[in-house]
Amino acid sequence: MEKCEALIIGGSAGSLDVLLKVLPALDSTLSFPIIIVVHRKYGADSLLPELLSGRTSLIVKEIDEKEPILAGTVYVAPSDYHTLIEKDKSFSLDYSEKINYSRPAIDVTFQTAAEVYKTKLVCLLLSGSNSDGVNGLISAKAWGGITAIQDPATAQVSYMPQQASIHAKIDYILRIEDMAEFINLLS
Amino acid sequence: MNQELSVITDEQVEILLGDLLEQYGYDFTGYSKASIKRRILRLYSLDKQVSFAEFRYRINNDTVYFKRFVEQITVNVTEMFRDPGFFKTLRDVVFPNLGTYPFIRIWLAGCSTGEEAYSISIILKELNLLHKSLIYATDLNPVVLEKAAQSMFALSQMKQYSENYILSGGTKDFSSYYTANYSLAKFNDELKSKIIFSTHNLVSDHSFNEFQLILCRNVLIYFDRDLQHKVLNLFDESLEGLGYLALGSKETIDFSPISKNFKRIPAEKIWRKVS
Repeated sequence: MEKCEALIIGGSAGSLDVLLKVLPALDSTLSFPIIIVVHRKYGADSLLPELLSGRTSLIVKEIDEKEPILAGTVYVAPSDYHTLIEKDKSFSLDYSEKINYSRPAIDVTFQTAAEVYKTKLVCLLLSGSNSDGVNGLISAKAWGGITAIQDPATAQVSYMPQQASIHAKIDYILRIEDMAEFINLLS
Repeated sequence: MNQELSVITDEQVEILLGDLLEQYGYDFTGYSKASIKRRILRLYSLDKQVSFAEFRYRINNDTVYFKRFVEQITVNVTEMFRDPGFFKTLRDVVFPNLGTYPFIRIWLAGCSTGEEAYSISIILKELNLLHKSLIYATDLNPVVLEKAAQSMFALSQMKQYSENYILSGGTKDFSSYYTANYSLAKFNDELKSKIIFSTHNLVSDHSFNEFQLILCRNVLIYFDRDLQHKVLNLFDESLEGLGYLALGSKETIDFSPISKNFKRIPAEKIWRKVS
């Protein structure tokens, strides 16, 4: 595997629980950024970064528009905006139509990142009840990136990773207890 | 939309943006690239284009299609009373202050299809300030302005808008502001009477008045830093002392040279010009 330059984790219903289990077990010296895109209700904005930040020694912050993407930081996509990755490895936000009834849409971040990081991108799709993220995984694969999903059998809502396993080529199917090790080894 | 590998390259995006500037005078070169590329790809697949060459030819030679192109690559998603807390602050803090002025001039830059303009008009009416206010609602895109001027929005949206309105501090019956007409809600003419819809391009056009309040929400996110600074400068020039500048929930003036002239209202993306 080529050296990872960015890990993007997408999730919907049932994914928060996974994040809360995985983040505490991550090395504090990761050599790449983690970008988290989860569907959630608009308005609960500052809560998620705060919640996650209590579980890890990594820096956790909500994404600011035009912010440069730095290693060793966990970025949380703001609610009600799409998060896009720019060629110069910075974030930009976008308030365009919902995709798969979602804003942020996981597809948008996966797809824009796929073109930027190419073979050095790892995308991980967690539990959820719609098919957001599936097209993004297909793009990531097409650009040479690594694709991973939560083992649907361990997902609170298996639909999202299941759809991914049907439609996209998946490199790794991970149980929750194996995710942290998988991520630490990307460093 | 499922483009496994981009059918349009970054170089081709640059070519299109160059064409728009040369042919039509629309300058999108300061826009964030990832977003504009995604919009272009979306339109390309939506219209089932078969080659970049044909797509480019059509944009350059078919003025109807050119209009569609501009309409589609600019984002026109908006809603009434979006971020109710923001409108509550306008109602409780900003307008009562401006209400002491003999006349209130407001610039809503990037108004898109007009939902925010009517929201502001409703608040001004309820505060009994509409008669002495003027709202200049501008957008670079004439197509969305035509729609805005019709003051009709989808009836299916009214439940959400009504909830937003109540959360923003509104106490009236929201449905009293429109009449239902098949699938559309037509807003009362009085609300439109103090709104002037007009084209204005933030990239290329200059200031056209002095204002006490400028709103520009979720437009700057599409611009690169240089263009953001340029536009913020235009707002600074167009704002009277003690006037207010309001931006989108993820936008800030913090990294701009104008920030020293402004003081932020806590909790909202609203700044007051102090010098």
